Amino acid sequence: MAQGPRLIASASMALLFGVFIKGCQPNVSIQTAQYAVNGQKLYVTHCQSCHGAKGEGLGKLYPPLTDTAYLRKNRDQLACIVKNGLHEPVKVHGQLYEEQMPGVPQLSDVEIAYILTYVTTRFGKDTDQYTQQEVRSSLVNCQ
Amino acid sequence: MKCSHYLYVPLLIGGALFSCTSKTDRKLPIIGERETKQRVVDGETVIDTLYHHIPAFAFLNQDSTMISEKNFEHQIYVANFFFTHCPSICPTMQRNLLKVYQKYKGDERISFLSHSIDFKYDSPSVLKSYATKLGVDSEQWQFVTGTKKDIYGIAEKYLVYTKEDASVPGGYDHQGYLVLLDQQRRIRGAYDGTNDEQVAQLFIDLEILLNES
Repeated sequence: MAQGPRLIASASMALLFGVFIKGCQPNVSIQTAQYAVNGQKLYVTHCQSCHGAKGEGLGKLYPPLTDTAYLRKNRDQLACIVKNGLHEPVKVHGQLYEEQMPGVPQLSDVEIAYILTYVTTRFGKDTDQYTQQEVRSSLVNCQ
Repeated sequence: MKCSHYLYVPLLIGGALFSCTSKTDRKLPIIGERETKQRVVDGETVIDTLYHHIPAFAFLNQDSTMISEKNFEHQIYVANFFFTHCPSICPTMQRNLLKVYQKYKGDERISFLSHSIDFKYDSPSVLKSYATKLGVDSEQWQFVTGTKKDIYGIAEKYLVYTKEDASVPGGYDHQGYLVLLDQQRRIRGAYDGTNDEQVAQLFIDLEILLNES
């Protein structure tokens, strides 16, 4: 009889704990989180000066990276943009950006996967990891 | 009764803090070499100190208008060196200077001067487009271009390193300092425009300099 309340108490504690963990990293697998951590370091080195620490961009010069709809629609183009740059105007959050973006050709496939995982899960609302395989097959089709 | 002693502690700390913050005579250093000059006034020898300052200049701005040091008379200003398609430190530096500009927008006591070190590409129309897209729509922030000799020469006077260098990204090597000038165009501070702590210090020092002048 005395065990009843105790069971309920520990069950609700576990539930609460679970909610806390979920609250920190919503629906993101451990590997995705690892990719994002590695991606952050590379992002700071190669992307942050223009696109900002929060992916906010800079005025109408450099676009923000927070347009989830754009990221999803152009998911198969993202690896090409990081590697080769962008040399045509791009519309993000309804705003046209015309500056040319330099690529970072020295990045390896896995490094691009790290960066894109970081960008799409931290600034975009995606939860899936951007895999090395996805980068490889995207790069084959770069225009 | 013992407790009553402790009541004084916060009072004391508060008092100490107050005496620090209420001190308004804090001044910024005057940076650079200085020399002294003797002259005779009414039969007596007096010694003047000549401080390092930015000499007269003339550059073309984003509206294709020639501007000079006269545009900055009776003002303090923040100067830096950049170029529009700089892929490395410039965006961060300009993002931070933009925050300062936005805080003091419309304040006639202060202005901003960005020199392009890419004398080949950054024509006034390129600078105008850059300024507009950055979000600068007033003359309070000038973007200027000039000959290589003039721009690189004045960079030295601001104590900022600039060099044309094909081996660095973008083709130009330079330091990202935001240089703070007083009304006599003397350097009163230099802050790494890519370092958040130093940019925060610029905000503090600007107020000190504004109170001084």
